[in-house]
Amino acid sequence: MSEPKSTSVEVRLPTKMGYEKVAMSTASAVAKLMGFPEDRIEDLKTAVAEACINAIEHGNRLNEKLSVGVVLRADTDMLEVKVIDDGKGITAHPVKPDIDRKMHGEEDARGMGMFLIQALVDEAEWVKGSDGKSSYVRLVIKLNKAAE
Amino acid sequence: MESETKTHVDQIKSPTGYPVAVLRYVGDIASTSKEAVLGSYEALPRETTKLILLDFTKVDYINSSGIALVIQLLIQAAHSGQTVCIYGLSAHFTKVFTMVGITKYARLFPSQTDALAAL
Repeated sequence: MSEPKSTSVEVRLPTKMGYEKVAMSTASAVAKLMGFPEDRIEDLKTAVAEACINAIEHGNRLNEKLSVGVVLRADTDMLEVKVIDDGKGITAHPVKPDIDRKMHGEEDARGMGMFLIQALVDEAEWVKGSDGKSSYVRLVIKLNKAAE
Repeated sequence: MESETKTHVDQIKSPTGYPVAVLRYVGDIASTSKEAVLGSYEALPRETTKLILLDFTKVDYINSSGIALVIQLLIQAAHSGQTVCIYGLSAHFTKVFTMVGITKYARLFPSQTDALAAL
């Protein structure tokens, strides 16, 4: 039995805020080619943007000597995006923001990125690099999910 | 790389004759938008501004840092006894704003006409 064909696209971003939009555009273009509907592409764009922002801000700590890798793998029925940075990885788990606590100053108004990532894609996992760097977040959206 | 956010402030009247301040954003709403979001809000006269509309019609990109700025605006508005409504969000960002719970503190409308009618 032959292996299903997959196509890979790689982008390397500078560690500068705003360049997450390059990853968004790339992910959007690949998802369009695969036939994802517009609403799923918008979900993916926001998830990819938040993953890149976390990589730039927390993983690479805004160190412009480092870069952020974005690797997209398109299979027949799913699109996987890995966003790789030089940080040690994230130990926190995505937590649903509590708007009441935020409004009362008991919770930082920020800190919604991981929640949005997990809520907007079909799979999300944060993987710590074995060498203390090259950590990544892996996102997946599925075509059959879009058809449900 | 992030486009500069601009804010145009309009003073209009609601259908029932109340003054309404409209903050019209143009560009991205991100971490660099603090002055555009909070600065423009804080420049409004608090004594006379009780109804505020946030117009996102010309905003294509909002990230979690930008959403946090909107939440900070809502916190200040709540402390000042002001009512804030939001309109012009895309279907995607309407979903995102709803997911993070903003709709508990600011109602979302498709258009300025709809928002004004509800005030």
